[in-house]
Amino acid sequence: MIKSFKPALSAVALSLAMLSQGAAAAEEQFFPLIDYRVGPYGSNGQAFYGGFIDYLNYVNIKEKGVNGVQMTWEECETEYNNAKGVECYERLKSKAAKSAGPIHTMSTGISYALVDKSAQDKLPLAMMGYGRTDAVDGSVFPYAFPLVTTYQMQASAIVKFIKDKNGGNLAGKKIVYLYHDSAYGKEAIIAMEAEASLNKFTLVQIPVAHPGNEQGAQWLKIRQEKPDYVVFWGWGVMNQTALKAAQKVGFPRDKMIGSWWTGSEEDVIPAGDAAKGYMAATWNVAGKQVPVIADIEKVVYGAGKGNLQDVAKIGTVLYNRGVSAAVLSVEAIRKGQEKYGKGKALNGEQTRWALENLNINDARLKALGATDLLPEIKTSCDNHEGSGKVKIQQWDGAKWVPVSGWIEGNKSLIHPLFQASAKQYAKEKGITPRDCSKEK
Amino acid sequence: MLYREAGQFKTTYAADQQLFPIRQDRIGVITLLLVAFFAVPLLASEYWFSAILIPFLIFALAALGLNILTGYAGQLSLGSAAFMAVGAYAAYNFQLRIEGIPILVSFALAGLTAAGVGILFGLPTLRIKGFYLAVATLAAQFFIVWCLTKFPWLSNNSSSGVISTQQLIFFGHELKTPVEKYLLVLSIVVVMALAAKNMVRSTTGRAWMAVRDMDVAASVIGIKLMPTKLLAFAVSSFYCGVAGAMYAFCYLGSVEPDGFSLEMSFKILFMIIIGGVGSIMGSFLGAAFILLLPIFLDIALPFFADLFGLPFSSATVSHIQITVFGALIMFFLIVEPHGLARLWQIAKEKLRLWPFPH
Repeated sequence: MIKSFKPALSAVALSLAMLSQGAAAAEEQFFPLIDYRVGPYGSNGQAFYGGFIDYLNYVNIKEKGVNGVQMTWEECETEYNNAKGVECYERLKSKAAKSAGPIHTMSTGISYALVDKSAQDKLPLAMMGYGRTDAVDGSVFPYAFPLVTTYQMQASAIVKFIKDKNGGNLAGKKIVYLYHDSAYGKEAIIAMEAEASLNKFTLVQIPVAHPGNEQGAQWLKIRQEKPDYVVFWGWGVMNQTALKAAQKVGFPRDKMIGSWWTGSEEDVIPAGDAAKGYMAATWNVAGKQVPVIADIEKVVYGAGKGNLQDVAKIGTVLYNRGVSAAVLSVEAIRKGQEKYGKGKALNGEQTRWALENLNINDARLKALGATDLLPEIKTSCDNHEGSGKVKIQQWDGAKWVPVSGWIEGNKSLIHPLFQASAKQYAKEKGITPRDCSKEK
Repeated sequence: MLYREAGQFKTTYAADQQLFPIRQDRIGVITLLLVAFFAVPLLASEYWFSAILIPFLIFALAALGLNILTGYAGQLSLGSAAFMAVGAYAAYNFQLRIEGIPILVSFALAGLTAAGVGILFGLPTLRIKGFYLAVATLAAQFFIVWCLTKFPWLSNNSSSGVISTQQLIFFGHELKTPVEKYLLVLSIVVVMALAAKNMVRSTTGRAWMAVRDMDVAASVIGIKLMPTKLLAFAVSSFYCGVAGAMYAFCYLGSVEPDGFSLEMSFKILFMIIIGGVGSIMGSFLGAAFILLLPIFLDIALPFFADLFGLPFSSATVSHIQITVFGALIMFFLIVEPHGLARLWQIAKEKLRLWPFPH
């Protein structure tokens, strides 16, 4: 066994040497892309990482990089598998030692496995809309960033949306929380319970076992319970099944509100007619009417450098989400360069500082052409989330239409939950939290 | 010429009964251990430890556990990943709930917990055999994962069901670096592998093999079927449980029940099929093959693509990797249905005759 190490080692060394040859000349900002394009969720990954890479290319072509620093990246395929994700991380780590943008894994499992490692290696880990949500408390998690918003804040925002629809009062109403029985689905329960006791509505929790392509029993229960709303935390094939089942039992789709992983084109189109009127939360709108998306299509695909093989994916919810992740990452690089020297690549520690001091307001978003692609975001040491806002969008049978403005979850209710959980984590791991008042 | 036992006379019972009776084997094993304990920590990079060596050793141990049950005692099981999950969650809970418990004790208790659960799911073996037993152990796979998701107490009320393992304190010293973790995993695996090697040639091991070959005959010669089969389940689950605890503590650092899927059980089963059913060494060879080959292909393919100027995306590489991997499995199974360990055995026999094969 030991004998076989040598040739493999030299193959690794050789391939690394070949990759680094071109890197000598200009300053380059490296992005370790721990992504997935094959496997059960491959099509989601294609759209997300396609958008991500397209925006990096866009910055390289349009502005010649950030203050002259070119964006570079290397992909490593995880197939949404935790062990493979760790292997990829270890492989890309040495390349990211000198300069590193935020790591986006788009997988809760992988990001959980990387939270400790990335802090040890001083590499910033971004978890936009997934991952360890109590990392909002940056005093315990200096290197982890659940940017924009978290499941709990989203659940709270959805409740707020329902409340506004009901004249500001939910007392006596009944809400069913129908969820994917996994880490992802269970994460928001704590927020729903807190909201239920605050707003005095009845909460009925109904789990659906993975993969969720049979939901007869669950919808029978929903029919018996006669809820006013169904808040829906699905994933993959479970989403279309739920919509069809809702149609079958005659539950109105416009009383069903899903999380942001239930609200992409891939979720509703297979459900056909049954999806019409269905609503879902999102932090980025779909469509090409967003100026930067249209411009990417023109500039990047015009130059023949587009990453997507299937150009029909441009402007889908997940593609735009990938662009929104890249916009944040590049803005962090810009911010970091202001502090650490323009025209210089940032290392992991410097990018971490930049992510913690992001301040992107509407004017800046407009200048980027990214209005509605993201809410305003302002991060700090004790708030790694930075926004907590979502929009509700509705499927009209052909496209997603936003039906609300930015809705912020109940921060004073939800953030203490994060802090408590982070505190427990710090205790288990023997971490001394930073003092956020001393951070600048 | 080099590998020949001629002239090695055993003059005591101890010499005759030792674990590796042939001198060349002893030298080989000792060299291997010296390399693993001293040379590898000096030479290998962090990537090798965290991404290759540690998972390889852990899966080798799990495969060894399954090999005891399937290879030696002849009971087919599809629940190895579930027993690993039991080990991982048990170790986590022992660390969490008993103040100051040493990590090795938690690992051992985790193994015992898994052994207990293993005995429970081993009970059906008294009535069912073969493929039907595989289906019964499938129940373990689903039940345990469901159970870990269902009862929040087991994951210390974590809102997501994911547990994040505690620090690894080893005699007052925190094991942080990959090298330290590697040495811990290596020590445990070496001790347990040698124990297994010893066990399978003892009364217990021979009883297992008798049951495997023909259980009616075994009971006729006085082997009690029930304790023998249940012991195999217990020992096998113990090994899987310890492997699971190390998987959580030394490798990933955080695990969720869904991570211990049926797919992982299959992977462990493939390891022993490829490596060699009923062979300690086969477990290691199989784990190496199943774990390392995909990574090797992953790194080598883009390298060759560069060499020939082919435009490979990471997705293409992944597809080719799966294809090549599958083809290689079939190739090996056709060429040597008894696994890699059998190839090694043939090589040894050839070596014995070399250089005068006639």
